[in-house]
Amino acid sequence: MDTVALLIIEVLNGISSLALTCAGLAIIFGMMRVINFAHGEFMMLGGYTTVVATNAGVNIWISMLILSPLVVGIIGILSERLLIRFFYGRLVDTLIATWGLSLLLIGIVTAIFGNYITGVSAPMGNFAVGQYQLSIYRLVLIGITVLLFVGIYLVFTRTRLGLIARGTMQNPDQAAVLGISPPRVYMITFGIGAALTGLAGGLLAPISQIIPTVGFTYVAQAFITVITGGTGAITGTIVASGIFGTVRQLVTYETTPIIGGVVLLIVAVVLLRLLPQGITGKIFRRSL
Amino acid sequence: MKFAVDLKSWNTRGLIFVAVVMLALLFAGPQVFDLFVLLKVILFISTAMLALSMGFIWGFGGILCFGQSAFFGIGGYAYAIAVINMGESTVPILLSVFVPAAFAMLLGYFMFYGRLSDIYLAVVTLAVTLIFYAFIRSTSGEEYHIGSARLMGFNGISSIPVFNWPGFPNSPLWPDDIFYVAMVLLILVYFGLRLLLRSHFGRVVVAIRENETRAEYLGYDVRFYKMIAFSIGAGIAGLAGCLFVSFNNFINPDVFALGLAAQIIMWVLIGGVGTLVGPMLGSLALQMLYNWLGTQTFASFLNTYLVFGAIILIFVLAVPQGLQPTARLLALRFLPIARPPEERAKEAGDD
Repeated sequence: MDTVALLIIEVLNGISSLALTCAGLAIIFGMMRVINFAHGEFMMLGGYTTVVATNAGVNIWISMLILSPLVVGIIGILSERLLIRFFYGRLVDTLIATWGLSLLLIGIVTAIFGNYITGVSAPMGNFAVGQYQLSIYRLVLIGITVLLFVGIYLVFTRTRLGLIARGTMQNPDQAAVLGISPPRVYMITFGIGAALTGLAGGLLAPISQIIPTVGFTYVAQAFITVITGGTGAITGTIVASGIFGTVRQLVTYETTPIIGGVVLLIVAVVLLRLLPQGITGKIFRRSL
Repeated sequence: MKFAVDLKSWNTRGLIFVAVVMLALLFAGPQVFDLFVLLKVILFISTAMLALSMGFIWGFGGILCFGQSAFFGIGGYAYAIAVINMGESTVPILLSVFVPAAFAMLLGYFMFYGRLSDIYLAVVTLAVTLIFYAFIRSTSGEEYHIGSARLMGFNGISSIPVFNWPGFPNSPLWPDDIFYVAMVLLILVYFGLRLLLRSHFGRVVVAIRENETRAEYLGYDVRFYKMIAFSIGAGIAGLAGCLFVSFNNFINPDVFALGLAAQIIMWVLIGGVGTLVGPMLGSLALQMLYNWLGTQTFASFLNTYLVFGAIILIFVLAVPQGLQPTARLLALRFLPIARPPEERAKEAGDD
């Protein structure tokens, strides 16, 4: 019984950390169709912000929930203005340019902080499930992920900003005719996506090890999840995170995390062979 | 197939020029270089071959594979494992070509028959490479072995036998001989690819790059052609990996790490997408820059990621065509003598 409870919590954890990893990418790649290969590095920067701020004496919740998104959001807007906007509509060039950005960010962080593992300890201690000890923070993380996605959904469906953003992605010329400046909308949306990515990096910092190259572990999974999600970026990402998170966590439980990653990839490739348009290309077609 | 050799054609002249340079290098190599330089040159030859494979599938097949290093690594590991088991290098060399090619065929089946677009392809190939990296790194235990070859995890496999004369396991090749073998293989691969691109198959592959839908309407099975081109590229990358491993006597999972995957893209980007000589020169230039940076004390804060990232950004923003086509354009503008008689220079990529 304890084992079952433990396994359920582990699976929910797997899903929530995968969904967190993908939230920003669902907006930048899923909605804007901008390939941001520096996604993992944005997460890494969020993680470093939390670690540095917390070690400097800032409350860990403030560093995770406010400083990380703020710092990465600003870096995101700077990257968009200085680099990414020149490549809109040219997918392959964007891919290479953001990859260059990703290597550059790793290089800068390595030059500043060195190639060492850092981290912060998770707040809030443990609780017992039968004979097992689990960290309370991991449970809170599941709750935060749910709130975050509800928030994203509401912002994009219920607010004027969300409406303008979706309309501009769908038809920039029409939006421009209606007096909206598409470049500004792109900049703000990219900034929001980057901030969410920074938030994810900050929130995951206490339960992961932070090194300059940590982004690589996130970027492939995140892209595969959002791609498998398909055109309805938010819904698709949630569904795909649900499937992949469950598969990965169960396989990891039985074998090793590496086999878990391998199985995730195989499932993703087979799924894309069956549903080339992604999950929301076939099911939940009218979702966001 | 008809090969009209027109000596006045700029393309033919370019090919002859490349052939002369390569043959000169082949015959002069061991006489001109001392042993130390010769060993470095063999390394450059293997990376040039890897660059060629990427130049082919990206520049001509239009397949942007972020994991070309995976095939390099698979080829290397296939050679290492097979040669340790067999003690003779002829079959392992063949395996180092066919194993990655077969794996690419399988992966290509899922990617091309699933009609994944450019971006998805890049992500999937990168993910495959990183998974290989993680997996091979975790195989240091006793239980991970193929035949008598232990995989050894992140320590890598060492004391891998070098090439031997076919059929004579006890007579290994000397560095001079390895140089000849490597250079001949490079020449064969380069002109083999040129020949392939002149063939019907090659023309269809380029047509697909230009306009996939139109090629499809003309009745070509785009998925099949892409899968085969991808597989050919993987086989060449595997052969490059085999050369690299045999010459180093050593392979470790770093061949699957992101650093090499990034470098391959840069070689082609710097040399020029859509050319074959460009990527080879790009690999040479970048490796020399890399070696030079390693010896400079003022550059100690410059790590590889910083330099590579900056180079990619500079090229993609300022010289998106790469060096070879840019040099060609500049030459055409400022050196009237460089203009081909028939003004066919616009066909960048057919050098």
